[in-house]
Amino acid sequence: MSLAERLVLAVEKPLKEAVWDCRMCGQCILHSTGLSCPMRCPKNLRNGPCGGVRADGNCEVYPDKRCVWVEAWEGSRKLPLWRDHIEHLQKPVDWQLQGTSSWINLVNGRDACAPKGWARRVGH
Amino acid sequence: MVVMRVPRRVGRGVSGISRLAELLRSGQFVVTAELASSDSADPDAVGRNGDQLRGVADAINCTDNTGAHVHLSSMAAAHLLAERGIEPIMQLTVRDRNRLALQADLLGAAALGIRNIVVMSGDDVTAGDHPEARRIYDIDSMQLIEVAAGMRDRGVYLSGRKLEKAPAFFIGAVENPFAPPLEFRPLRLQKKVRAGADFVQTQLVFDLPIFTRFMSMAADLGLFEQVFIIPSIGIPRSARGARFMKEKVPGLHVPDALIERMEKTPPARQAEEGIRIAVELVNDVRQIHGVAGVHLIGIKWEEGVTRVAEAAGLLPRPTLSPLATVGGRR
Repeated sequence: MSLAERLVLAVEKPLKEAVWDCRMCGQCILHSTGLSCPMRCPKNLRNGPCGGVRADGNCEVYPDKRCVWVEAWEGSRKLPLWRDHIEHLQKPVDWQLQGTSSWINLVNGRDACAPKGWARRVGH
Repeated sequence: MVVMRVPRRVGRGVSGISRLAELLRSGQFVVTAELASSDSADPDAVGRNGDQLRGVADAINCTDNTGAHVHLSSMAAAHLLAERGIEPIMQLTVRDRNRLALQADLLGAAALGIRNIVVMSGDDVTAGDHPEARRIYDIDSMQLIEVAAGMRDRGVYLSGRKLEKAPAFFIGAVENPFAPPLEFRPLRLQKKVRAGADFVQTQLVFDLPIFTRFMSMAADLGLFEQVFIIPSIGIPRSARGARFMKEKVPGLHVPDALIERMEKTPPARQAEEGIRIAVELVNDVRQIHGVAGVHLIGIKWEEGVTRVAEAAGLLPRPTLSPLATVGGRR
């Protein structure tokens, strides 16, 4: 890892962890998910909630925690921009990017790379 | 008599993929049911479970480690049913397999003659008998629909590598109209349809007002033209069972009125009351525009499925006229 990458990570990681409980997937889609990090979902769902969400809006796996996707839906309704991005079909996670800087991956286009067999236009 | 409208653009891919696909495309009100899961290495155990639903359902779901409990694999069960002349629907969760295993199983299933698939996230491992297991969730159910559609329609794996022969699938999804956030559920279904879902089976419907609202939102999105929607109808066998579903099964929404109705009924007559409730629900959902059939779940009570199908006037099941497949209505 280059010095530049380490410096970016030194800012990005603590900031995003503190504000969004970020899991550093390296392919950030926070603005499409109402600023609720989908990697906090125990099932890592990036396209919406599972069918197990409890009636009170809490998680199937962690009954004391609010469902990440209930927060995402509510958050997306409050965003002035990107409201409809929650309807975008998100490509599969590239697990090779785990722990890398999503800011750098955004700038150099690395996070927009989808597997060759993935037909959809990659959106954020 | 309920007149079903034939969705126009539904079911991409070739005509005649499966009996279920053809029945739906010809506007028949379909019946699907769920195979009791097997813990036996004896293939006839699967056959016997299937025989209980033969002639009652047009196709039978083979669950994939349902409730996160290990059982005989859904692919094996589906194959054993197909061998016995019963049309299977193979469920596939993204909980237990990564993208390599999922695609290998999809292709393997196609080679074994399995045409109907239903993909889903799956109940979490903590709900099952191996709560200490590692959950996989490499890709999500939405992405798996897209992957299956890519294999079928473009003949490629997710990697882009070409298949020698593309599989023919009738691709199913699930949706839970009763779990929060309720306003997002129809949009989530729309995402699945865009990814390539041809039909959808819903979570058990006990609450008609919520389901009706879901369907009207789905209608506003134009989804009835693109996907066949099949609500699940559960058959409560006892007041205790109904209460268990409400309190212990994640994602199940059972109204208090239903539990009270079961509890007011003397125990000896609760099973009969459960049949009556299920028949009423079948008749009610049939009246809702966009409902293409019902998925009957007996909850370890296959006889209940037959009785509900009978009492709701769903028997005998139609035989598929050769014209339906040759005529090319899609």
